[in-house]
Amino acid sequence: MNKSICLYFQVHQPFRLRTYRFFDIGKNHHYFDEYFNRMILRRVAEKSYLPMNALLLKAIKENGSAFKVSFSFSGIVLEQMEMYAPEVLDSFRKLISTGQVEVLAETYAHSLSSLQNAGEFERQVKAHSEKIEQVFGIKPTSFRNTELIYSDDIGARVADMGFNIMLTEGPKHVLGWKSPNYLYTNAINPKLKLMLRNFRLSDDITFRFSQQSWPEWPITAEKFVGWINNMPEKEEVVNVFMDYETFGEHQPASTGIFEFMKVLPAMILKNTAFKFRTPAEITKIHQPISAIQVPYPISWADEERDLSAWTGNNLQDDAMEKLYSLADKINATDDTALKQDWNYLQSSDHFFYMCTKWLSDGDLHKYFNHYPSPYEAYINYMNVLSDFIIRVDEKLPEASKLMNELIDNTGKLGQKIGQMASEKIHEAEKSVKDKFTETKKQAKPVFDDIKHMSDAKVKKLIKELDAEQLVIAMKDAGHEIREKVLPNLTKKTRQQFESLHEKLSDVNKKDVQSMRKKVEEKLKKFF
Amino acid sequence: MKVLMFGWEFPPHITGGLGTACFGLTKGLVKHDTDIIFVVPKAYGDENQEAVRIVNASDVTIDLEIDEERVYWDRVQYMEVGSNIIPYVGPEAFNKVTEEEKRASENFKSKVFSQKYEFSGKYGLNLMEEVARYALVGSAIATKQDFDVIHAHDWLTYSAGVAAKETSGKPLVVHMHATEFDRSGENVNTDVYAIEKRGMEMADRVITVSNLTRKIVIERYGIDPSKVVTVHNAVEPKEKKLPKDVNKPMKEKVVTFLGRITFQKGTEYFIEAARKILKRDPNVRFVMAGTGDLLHRMVMRAAQLRIGHKFHFTGFLKGDDVDNMFAMTDVFVMPSISEPFGIVPLEAMRSNVPVVISKQSGVSEILKHAIKVDFWDIDGLADAIYGLCHYDALSKDFIKYGKQEVESLKWENAAGKVKEVYVSAYQSYLNQSTNSQKNTNNE
Repeated sequence: MNKSICLYFQVHQPFRLRTYRFFDIGKNHHYFDEYFNRMILRRVAEKSYLPMNALLLKAIKENGSAFKVSFSFSGIVLEQMEMYAPEVLDSFRKLISTGQVEVLAETYAHSLSSLQNAGEFERQVKAHSEKIEQVFGIKPTSFRNTELIYSDDIGARVADMGFNIMLTEGPKHVLGWKSPNYLYTNAINPKLKLMLRNFRLSDDITFRFSQQSWPEWPITAEKFVGWINNMPEKEEVVNVFMDYETFGEHQPASTGIFEFMKVLPAMILKNTAFKFRTPAEITKIHQPISAIQVPYPISWADEERDLSAWTGNNLQDDAMEKLYSLADKINATDDTALKQDWNYLQSSDHFFYMCTKWLSDGDLHKYFNHYPSPYEAYINYMNVLSDFIIRVDEKLPEASKLMNELIDNTGKLGQKIGQMASEKIHEAEKSVKDKFTETKKQAKPVFDDIKHMSDAKVKKLIKELDAEQLVIAMKDAGHEIREKVLPNLTKKTRQQFESLHEKLSDVNKKDVQSMRKKVEEKLKKFF
Repeated sequence: MKVLMFGWEFPPHITGGLGTACFGLTKGLVKHDTDIIFVVPKAYGDENQEAVRIVNASDVTIDLEIDEERVYWDRVQYMEVGSNIIPYVGPEAFNKVTEEEKRASENFKSKVFSQKYEFSGKYGLNLMEEVARYALVGSAIATKQDFDVIHAHDWLTYSAGVAAKETSGKPLVVHMHATEFDRSGENVNTDVYAIEKRGMEMADRVITVSNLTRKIVIERYGIDPSKVVTVHNAVEPKEKKLPKDVNKPMKEKVVTFLGRITFQKGTEYFIEAARKILKRDPNVRFVMAGTGDLLHRMVMRAAQLRIGHKFHFTGFLKGDDVDNMFAMTDVFVMPSISEPFGIVPLEAMRSNVPVVISKQSGVSEILKHAIKVDFWDIDGLADAIYGLCHYDALSKDFIKYGKQEVESLKWENAAGKVKEVYVSAYQSYLNQSTNSQKNTNNE
């Protein structure tokens, strides 16, 4: 049976902000602490990147094609290496040129865009792939998201971008009884295969390596190999995913971490059934065993393995909402300085500094945080963001003009629509009123309506009345009514009518009225 | 007239408004023919001595072999180190305080009664120890200096004032710049309250900075109204030119709060008003300058209301930064729940900034060209701020007449009233002593 172990390292350093005060807003657009960032990058390069690269290069030479590792670099750390430590970049190039190293795709800015803005997420992944191609001359085909953040939805989007393998965490609350040591697939799009981090083995190295209170301390290559061999026979993929800074920086050289890593590759190859493979190889060799449901985003951070390191408190949410509300405006500009700052401001680290959950992971957070408190981190970030917003609005005179025009036009359009609508309503109201009065009229017919009646109906009406009544009612009636009624009289009635008409020439008006009312009563039947 | 004055701080080494007020007052008093010996716990040597002669309490040695000074042993023993007494500390400082509190109380006696003592002159963890030692120094100085009246500023110096009075027999005037109720709300520190009360009871005259404070002194400390006099603070005319080149880099109107971020300052109402205004009008920025135990809560609230990009926190500002802040400000707001006086609005007006102040501040008793609202009236506060931001006629008038008004509030005038208090205290002291002399003669 094929068994694979994947060693994957994440390389990232943010552009940390300088102390940016309220008084700087609108005046000073320099946000980043070059000295501090350079200092940290140089320190990490000397303590970690360079010695570890040398170590891996040696391991590749000693073990030949049997030893392989994978890396991902944020676009931002590559920029810093270009500026502050080009020799580190060369050393990575050397490592990658052995052909035993896969470089993964991720977001350019080590950003949380996958949670906030789908368009920006895609843009960043694309920008990152371009950067990797520019720096290392290779096109990444496997994907890992910032901090291994993953959900069904994010996975589906990554699949849509053309990736067929993605790395993420294998947390207990998602896996339940399942083991992380298999290949899985996305729940929405089964084309995307998932490699889940074995957090126990990974954290044994990253967190517990120098923890003397841990019963297993000190950890040796033999012990580690023993744990791998102790895994159930059928489990076939072991994913050890780690921050690259673990080696030499988080776990200083004095802990023996380099000695451990020196002997580990050969020991694994010699004493276990596992072979070192990269994600691209693993997708080809192994079959996924099932889909895995991750409705809510997971990550590799903290005890919770969720997003609570970067989101969830008011400080983080306010800052992030405000930042991503600018996405459309930024896309409308081609100002490079603005776009660069936009990238740098998106790094998840800025939000990590604002985290207020001190209890469980306080120490770790403190280690990575140069601010005295999350409140200071927030204040500083918001000052910078305020200035950035001013710049965005200023640099977009045309776009914003367009926007204003659009808003204006929409307003006018709305007004017009409103006007038209009210006119229509008036019309409708009027016609309804007319109809209503008409019906009302019809419901209560008047004497004059006789003139609109068909002859047949008039005949019927006359039948119901006697000549005398008719005569009285007809008195002083208009010409039209006479013309309507008289031709419809039978001969007999006509004679009666005429004789009576003369006799009753002087009936009073009241009688005429009451008689007409009677006729109107009768008329009701005919409508 | 010669005055022995006890203060806690003196410019340029100040942390609150007390030092500024003392400095202004002493400068005003010089114009009324008064010589002042000003005692501070710790002098740095660079204090402005144009109006006063600074005496450094840290330099005063106490020799407990001298009987006069030994007498004072018993008198200061009622003071003990209480917990959480420090009025002006932030959260970090507070942790330090509680950690070291134990140690402090162990060393209390031995330190206070040592021959030489180095004061910190701050509001730190040894505050009660320093207050006690200061009292001893007060007694020692009173024997060595020549003066007519003793004047003690705020509770920190009252014990020293009382000691000086008891040693010299000279009349004592205590000056209430703030009461414990202003600092702590209803949760007063009983030790501080006791020192304040005793100081005022022992005093011949009590000066309060506002009628608001006078009322508290009478009602809550039970002080005889006939000896309590209100003398409102004033403000120094601006010596430096206003920074002109600070052209405001942002197009929005800037509305500023400047002060300690504590419950008593009503900062919450400021944030809520900001939210109401920003809902209607995005072209305003709000600034909360200062620090205090509520800072983090205010930051969290601003974030929760999603106004963080328009509501800024600067931290504690001093020196030029304060001037720059005023230069950028279109409206200054002081929404204090309880404010004995409140000198910052006067500084704002002096810098051509119109102000909105709460009716619950002492300064509202004297200001005409300020919009006054109840601190709890968020709508009223928002209304006033909005009006001053947008109705130019209104703000222009407030700036123009406000400046004139502030310039007429001179320390010289306030000092004149203080001098009257001295004179009346000294007069009754003379009458008493001649009476007692007569009595002795009659006997």
